[in-house]
Amino acid sequence: MNFDLTKAQKLLQQSARDFFSRECKPERVRELMASETAFDAELWQAMADQGFTGLTIPEEYGGLGLSLVDLIAVTEEMGRACLPGPFISTLWAASLIERAGNEGQRKQYLEPIAAGEMKATVALLEETGEWNADAVMLAATKDGKEYRLRGTKHYVSDAAVADVIIVVARENTDLVLLPVERSAAGVKITETPGIDATRKLYAVEFDNVAVAESSALAFTTKTKEALEAATDVATVALCAEMLGGMVWTLETTVEYAKTRLQFGKPIGIYQAVQHQCADMFNFSESARSATYFAAWAVAENDPAAKLAVSVAKGYASDAAREVGNRGVQLHGGIGFTWEHNIQLFYKRAKSSEILFGDANYHREKIAEKVVDESEG
Amino acid sequence: MDLNLTPEELQFRDELRAWLAANVPPPFPGATSEEEKGEYFNFLRAWQRKVFDAGWTGISWPKEYGGRGAKLIEQAIFSEEWARAEAPPLINVLGMSLIGPTIIAVGTPEQKNRYLQKILSCEEIWCQGFSEPNAGSDVAGLATKATVDGDDFIVNGQKIWTSLAHVADWCLLLVRTDPNVPKHKGITALLVDMHSPGVDVRPLKQMNGDASFNEVFFDNVRVPAANVLGEINKGWQTAITTLMNERAHLGTGTYVAFKRNYDQLIAHARQMKRNGKPVSKDPVIRQKLAQAFMELEIFRLTNTRALSKMQNQHIPGPEGSILKIQWSEYNQRFQQIAMETLGPVAQLHGFDGGKWIYDFLRTRANTIEAGTSEIQRNIVAERVLGLPKSY
Repeated sequence: MNFDLTKAQKLLQQSARDFFSRECKPERVRELMASETAFDAELWQAMADQGFTGLTIPEEYGGLGLSLVDLIAVTEEMGRACLPGPFISTLWAASLIERAGNEGQRKQYLEPIAAGEMKATVALLEETGEWNADAVMLAATKDGKEYRLRGTKHYVSDAAVADVIIVVARENTDLVLLPVERSAAGVKITETPGIDATRKLYAVEFDNVAVAESSALAFTTKTKEALEAATDVATVALCAEMLGGMVWTLETTVEYAKTRLQFGKPIGIYQAVQHQCADMFNFSESARSATYFAAWAVAENDPAAKLAVSVAKGYASDAAREVGNRGVQLHGGIGFTWEHNIQLFYKRAKSSEILFGDANYHREKIAEKVVDESEG
Repeated sequence: MDLNLTPEELQFRDELRAWLAANVPPPFPGATSEEEKGEYFNFLRAWQRKVFDAGWTGISWPKEYGGRGAKLIEQAIFSEEWARAEAPPLINVLGMSLIGPTIIAVGTPEQKNRYLQKILSCEEIWCQGFSEPNAGSDVAGLATKATVDGDDFIVNGQKIWTSLAHVADWCLLLVRTDPNVPKHKGITALLVDMHSPGVDVRPLKQMNGDASFNEVFFDNVRVPAANVLGEINKGWQTAITTLMNERAHLGTGTYVAFKRNYDQLIAHARQMKRNGKPVSKDPVIRQKLAQAFMELEIFRLTNTRALSKMQNQHIPGPEGSILKIQWSEYNQRFQQIAMETLGPVAQLHGFDGGKWIYDFLRTRANTIEAGTSEIQRNIVAERVLGLPKSY
């Protein structure tokens, strides 16, 4: 047993850190925040050249075929740079296509995704904002050899740059996964501006949109399982991204505490400040333990995987916010300004807290497994 | 990263699991009276002897001293199996977690031969004489003094909050041997026979009614110079080794007890009724129980991660302070959640033998003993984050 990144994983992480600190500086994050879609085509292509867009995609589809544990070493660095754009959305969609698609569909989507030529997202949530797939109501009506989609999806990340949107819809009692091109007739995408402008959210309206029956990702009762498994992958990748944000906030705050003078001394000499920094370290290292374990468990199909994912996301959701709270507090007035970069990470922490379910959502999932049944 | 057990680790786990399945005794009924507590102590001592005879103590200690010579990670596996089997705790916890590892690190070959095996077999129970009435968090400010008399030291002074002293055979004692140098440089660590003339142990009654820690008075106690652990006047280095082990190792044992408490609480929550349905179905209680599970699980994982790191670097790092904060503050939160889950009956001595109020009160000491939460945060701030020393 070795509960640490391997040498190769540490090297991968270091090269990702170098890459993002060079290619995604805070000034660039701010420019993208202010842009229409927060998407940087050049940066995306550079990420693809590094292999990041196809990191876990099997080699037969042009990816690197690495594991989720390798991926989180990289997404942690994306979080440290507050990388804008559709990485997590595309990963979510790709993981879903990999699990639910047939050979032709995998080839059709995974190859261009790995090459950086295609971005994707998943449209799951509706007006109620529930992450549970059972809450999906958007109707897919069979009409001959095609489905007709009618209704609106909400909180769809990066919809305006996704070349394909995987729509989770309901045909009578069954869930169906329907890939819809962004440019398809009847698709209307409207930005719903939110707290985190680096990862923009959209309402996507489907006005009688036609989708060929043959392009549906899965027909079996396994649809929900595939969706949950793909969401687990994206959730763990997000946890590592949140961890990267926590580490940035901690390091930046500690550096500030060492250099900011009050009463003639660096404020970091005062225990009231020190103890909050120690708490930030505890939060981030705890999130690291949970995230590493969840990544391993998901990658290995361990029976504990689902529980581990909820522990990781439930914990990281609260921890990222708590770390941000302390970071802003210890910076004092400057931490509350638009000028200071901590705002970027603070807002990202909040949007990530909500994405794939907050702590309350995951605690209920934990309760279903631990409080209701006897542990397996 | 690979959390799969190696064939070797798997074999270790399976052997241990099989041994536990065949040997774990039925639970000891709640001990409340002094007599029952004495019986419980004897029960635990006999249990550790049995565990020792079967070769399951000192997992990561060298074989030549009665240990198993296994890796630290097997220590983590050991804890998880122990919890799973609901096996009774090992009573000589200070000897095994703190003092033994310190003797292994800095002891002479004679000391290792003399003391280590008897720690594991529970023939000799150990206590740790660090804290004094005026030296708590500032341990290096201790005043108990030892003067040289021929081949012996003569010890005079007082220790306090000394767990297990009332049953201990030996004590790892910090004394001042040079009062004329800066405080960290005049301390020596001595191995003291608690049956020596002049040692007087007085139990202190705690807020939970128990008396598991003590005041210990030393009145002209004679200690042979051969019993210096480490070097004369370099006892602070010895003490740091002990304290790092304390932070790093106590966690492994506490997980076992915490998991058992957690499972016991869940069993109650499923059975007890409130508002016409099981307490486990109350949405607020469910959130709290899930939060506790999350924290307990993260403690287990962080502990395993720290052991994995220690296995490569051989010495516990200051990250142990994180573990100390995690387990002590978790346990306080957990005991409060337990009281809320169980409802009014939790406050009664007659419920579960008074276990829940005992534990609830006992947890107040968790953030004080083995280095207060404040001291642990100081250590993290200074030694991990590199902030300037505040005192």
